[in-house]
Amino acid sequence: MEPFLEFIRENLGSPGLAILISNPQFAFIQLLNSISMGMNYFIIAAGLSLIFGVLKVINFAHGAFYMFGAYITYSVTELMGLSFFWAVLAAAIGLMLMALIIERCLFQFIYDKEHLMQLLLTFALVLILGDLAKIIWGTDQYSVAYPAGLAGATNLGITFYPSYRLMLCVLGPAIFIALWLFIERTRWGRITKAATQDRDMLSALGINVPVIYTIVFLIGSALAGMGGALASPFNSPAPGMDANIIVECFVIVIIGGLGSLWGTFVGALIFGLVFNFGSVIVPNAQDVFAFLLLLIVLLIRPWGLYGRAESEGQ
Amino acid sequence: MTDPIDRAGIILCLISLATLILIPAVGSNYLVDVTTEILIYSLFALSLNVIIGYSGNVSFGHAAYFAIGGYTNAILLTTYAWPLVASLLASITVTMFITGIVAYFCTRLTDIYFAMLTLAFSMLVWAIAFKWRSVTGGDDGFVGITIPEILDQRINFYYFTVLVVVFSTWILWLICHSAFARSLLAVRENPTRAGFVGINTRLMRWWAFVVAGTFAGLAGALFAMLHRGMYVESAFWTQSATVLIMTLLGGMFSFFGPAIGAATLFLLERITNEYTEYWPTVLGLILIVILLFLPDGLVGLVTKIRNYWTREH
Repeated sequence: MEPFLEFIRENLGSPGLAILISNPQFAFIQLLNSISMGMNYFIIAAGLSLIFGVLKVINFAHGAFYMFGAYITYSVTELMGLSFFWAVLAAAIGLMLMALIIERCLFQFIYDKEHLMQLLLTFALVLILGDLAKIIWGTDQYSVAYPAGLAGATNLGITFYPSYRLMLCVLGPAIFIALWLFIERTRWGRITKAATQDRDMLSALGINVPVIYTIVFLIGSALAGMGGALASPFNSPAPGMDANIIVECFVIVIIGGLGSLWGTFVGALIFGLVFNFGSVIVPNAQDVFAFLLLLIVLLIRPWGLYGRAESEGQ
Repeated sequence: MTDPIDRAGIILCLISLATLILIPAVGSNYLVDVTTEILIYSLFALSLNVIIGYSGNVSFGHAAYFAIGGYTNAILLTTYAWPLVASLLASITVTMFITGIVAYFCTRLTDIYFAMLTLAFSMLVWAIAFKWRSVTGGDDGFVGITIPEILDQRINFYYFTVLVVVFSTWILWLICHSAFARSLLAVRENPTRAGFVGINTRLMRWWAFVVAGTFAGLAGALFAMLHRGMYVESAFWTQSATVLIMTLLGGMFSFFGPAIGAATLFLLERITNEYTEYWPTVLGLILIVILLFLPDGLVGLVTKIRNYWTREH
């Protein structure tokens, strides 16, 4: 084993890879890091994917919603002194209200416009919301404390691991199952699914389609806010966090296939794995890995792992 | 889409050209600097319009080619001390080559998927420029580009930019008024039918992409020389969005529209920054107004007003 590790260290120039192979405990921690990060991203990207699936709008402002979620958490926990749980709830509800205003005042007019128009309109929102956040919270970087009870580490037998991140590993799949049950097993979910297929037919059947659109947009945005709230203890709320997260979420939903919940879940996990293990193997190159991964997936399956081919005659 | 080459158009072109030549005579360094930058952004926006206006595909990652051209020029001029002409030609060639590869993959998709893939490629370029510190300078940027002594003077560099941009615009004009552009328009309007007529739609879109990327690379190379540096922000997706807004503001259904949009947006930014730090909000509001009320941009607005005027009188 030792000569082999020596070979890796010397010739591949990657001491991280050697540690990864020789130290299962380290590898296990990296695995948990990947899952917890992936699950946090899943919660955010699921909202983006859901909104695209039904509304067919790629929402660039989703990253700004995430940022607002993080900022709201800071305000509620650090300024108002309430517990972290309430902060997450406040972020979700706050974003729902914001989404309601945006959807009713702006989005509802663009559903039948060209995709370019929709894309750029959401970009206009990015610009305005970024400034709005600056007006409310300034340009400081804030820190949010870990919630009481989850601040320490949990003994997993072979290693200790931060409890908060473990909670994310559980919460992500829970939200995934809840969303899946909602879409597959409830009447509202079926109507939502129908709205992705044929809007006019659904409308002719007596369903109030605009209301469906609004509700889906609210749920998707609430997920972004929640994701921001959950990320805030380790990703300090600061200006500019919206521009980075949105591109990473795009990577995830494109890998998984636009509009596919299952795809988003798998995409988020893969993203977490590539990001964390990539940064161990080649330090500082995790972003390059993430985008390379995306390209490889797109070369093999242009519409993502679980996406369906677009129905265009080209 | 076609701009008729009528007498008014020719006169307008000559007046613009004369203005460009005479601007240094005013004697304001600030004016010369601003005009140089506007010219570079105009070329950038004009190049983007070849994909958007003519082939109907929205690229959300056009900044990548701008950055590739800029970085290549910066590295060749400074790190390897190449002569200017060789470096410029090499920058164009490198950008063309990389764009060709990217376009091969992107043209497999259309519409929203095309936009997302171009965005992904541009972020890959950004990530490489950001992390490859030893070559690109990472997030400090590539600073201290050496440029030939003769161009070190503001006026000389200005005339050099005018020369390059006007020549490039002329080439772009020829390309956009050729049989090739006609086929592109057919692809844009109805890809299925264009395919049946015998047009290789994917190849057409590939060429449009390559032309667009190459000229963006040239604009980037000029940009690097103007600022004596190249920075990762130039490859970030928000930069791609900015040039997209320029194109849209001017009007993507006209050849010169994007250049007008670039100039307008650049000046608006300069003026707004004098009064408030909230330029993004202003830009966002401008964007909403264009999207909801001016789908054909400023050129469309002028045409509409002119039509109204001629009908009244």
